[in-house]
Amino acid sequence: MTEKNWPLWEVFIRSRTGLAHRHVGSVHAVDAEMALQNARDVYTRRGEGLSLWVVPSSAIVASDPADKDVMFEPTASKIYRHPTFYDVPDEVGHM
Amino acid sequence: MTETPLLRYTLRLADNALVLGHRLSEWVGHAPVLEEDLALGNLGLDLIGQARAFYAYAGEIEGKGRGEDAFAYLRDAPEYRNVLLVEQPNGDFAATMMRQLFYSAFAHPFFEALQASRDATLAAIAAKAVKEMAYHVRHSAEWIIRLGDGTDESHRRAQAAADELWTYTGELFEIDAVERALIEAGVAPDTAALRATFDKTIDNVFAEAGLTRPGASFMQSGGRDGQHSEHLGFILTELQFLQRAYPGAKW
Amino acid sequence: MYTQALNTKDMAAAAEDPAHDARFQSRVDAEEKIEPNDWMPEAYRRTLVRQIAQHAHSEIVGMLPEGNWITRAPSLKRKAALLAKVQDEGGHGAYLYAAAETLGVSREELVAQLLDGRQKYSSIFNYPTLTWADIGIIGWLVDGAAIMNQIPLCRCSYGPYARAMIRICKEESFHQRQGYEIMVTLCRDGTAEQKAMAQDALNRWWWPVLMMFGPSDKDSQHTDKSMRWKIKRFTNDELRQKFVDATVPQGHYLGLTFPDPAMKQNEKTGHWEHGEIDWSEFKRVVAGDGPCNRQRIKQRRDADDNGAWVREAALVYAEKRRARAQAAARIAAE
Repeated sequence: MTEKNWPLWEVFIRSRTGLAHRHVGSVHAVDAEMALQNARDVYTRRGEGLSLWVVPSSAIVASDPADKDVMFEPTASKIYRHPTFYDVPDEVGHM
Repeated sequence: MTETPLLRYTLRLADNALVLGHRLSEWVGHAPVLEEDLALGNLGLDLIGQARAFYAYAGEIEGKGRGEDAFAYLRDAPEYRNVLLVEQPNGDFAATMMRQLFYSAFAHPFFEALQASRDATLAAIAAKAVKEMAYHVRHSAEWIIRLGDGTDESHRRAQAAADELWTYTGELFEIDAVERALIEAGVAPDTAALRATFDKTIDNVFAEAGLTRPGASFMQSGGRDGQHSEHLGFILTELQFLQRAYPGAKW
Repeated sequence: MYTQALNTKDMAAAAEDPAHDARFQSRVDAEEKIEPNDWMPEAYRRTLVRQIAQHAHSEIVGMLPEGNWITRAPSLKRKAALLAKVQDEGGHGAYLYAAAETLGVSREELVAQLLDGRQKYSSIFNYPTLTWADIGIIGWLVDGAAIMNQIPLCRCSYGPYARAMIRICKEESFHQRQGYEIMVTLCRDGTAEQKAMAQDALNRWWWPVLMMFGPSDKDSQHTDKSMRWKIKRFTNDELRQKFVDATVPQGHYLGLTFPDPAMKQNEKTGHWEHGEIDWSEFKRVVAGDGPCNRQRIKQRRDADDNGAWVREAALVYAEKRRARAQAAARIAAE
């Protein structure tokens, strides 16, 4: 049995003294509430008064301007290629 | 051991926190998912922190120079004052979350009320603990809902955990002579008044989780006066081994 | 140390486009960061996935030898500190898995490779923690060795890995201090039994710690390419020597004797020169025959297996809720 994976969420934090949210990494979670709690537990383990944003990684659309001449990908792509960002029909099986 | 009401009361709070924190720490490295390893660690650290604060105060109350470690490492089970609920084994993840839900659904309103204590130290400890316990309630409630309303297997395990642990919830609200004296002095909250809040939390969570609250049943008791289940002895054996094996050594 | 078992297949140059390769190398040479969507040689990607994953696995498996002493920690201060330290290690594993996932692989796939032996973790965690002194040793020496390795990695060419390492290094500071403080308590302020406990722990851990840095440079196959790609910034021997020079005086302060009769300080260079490392032991442990290899993997497999019903329940619940929300939205729209 191939266990279905928990989706990936990107985490952004604004510290108490910060001006804007910064990307700090990702967590696995099944829904938004869990993603927030997991982000708190993983990325702010002993911090307080932080603002946390979590976004499903697959929802983020990216345009990376660095090095246009070697970019094969069209602009407006995913932030990175992750196996779970692209839906594979169940019949096709594990890829 | 002759303990004043305030000392016994404070030790009850300290021992609850220590034993439960110790139980949670057993999960580290074995949780169902990495994020939960961290979450359980956080819960454990909150509780151990609360225990240390209460033990420090207990030492002051007693006035015999006993510090936190003397209380934690050099008392045998009959002198421990924790409720039976917290010494129950972790069991599976459902049982651990159920135990955490029952405990924190009591502890959160309890600390909220304790903030108003005439005892400034207890009030201060409560002010910090209430924020922590709010998270414990939220975390464990969300897991019980996911497990209760998840798969057939998770539902079965969650219900079994509720059925197994319910008998230990009554002790949380017991009021004896120790409490009566302190309630009268405005030091301790009236835990009977907290029962309704606890019941509401459990009912709400169980409704969303599709779980059945066990009916009226006999409530186990005795931990608060040193009459424990067989589990505490094993916990203390592990916890206290080094201090007992090397008496007087500093660590 | 996470390159202890790099695969030759990863390193082999696939049919790469020389123009892109050259452009890539010039970016690396200019200390530019390579980011997830940038072009990179397939060998670079594969090597990084393995190195970052093995680093992550090391953090997670590393929770076990220390974690088993939390319930026996001999004071509440030590109990809380150890629980926090082990939790930090889990957190570091989480950061590293997140970095690895930006390279196009899922954490679940990486864990599967750990459990079936295709990917490794640092050899040091295949040794048992037998006494409380081992906990001090791990903080002092194992974390000390890891820090030697980690600080240069903060300047690694791959952006997500470098950034994860910066966060990790910020949090490491208290780990090594905590370990050394335990050693000071045992050695400087302790009873005769505690001092003996500390010496025994050093005797058992010293050589495995030296092996953490990996084979001697002359026996290391992959160093060249890793250095060119700035995935590795110093050679094994360079890091090992740096570590020994920093650590030996710390051990002498504690009154401990290093279990190396051949160790001596070079009068000219000041470096502490150590005796011959038993590389056959290292090879054996990396291959799976160390004291705790099977036990560690079994514990991780058990955690994974025992947790399957929990993970599945969470997914099923989330799907049920989404379906209900969609149904409710449809009804509301009517």
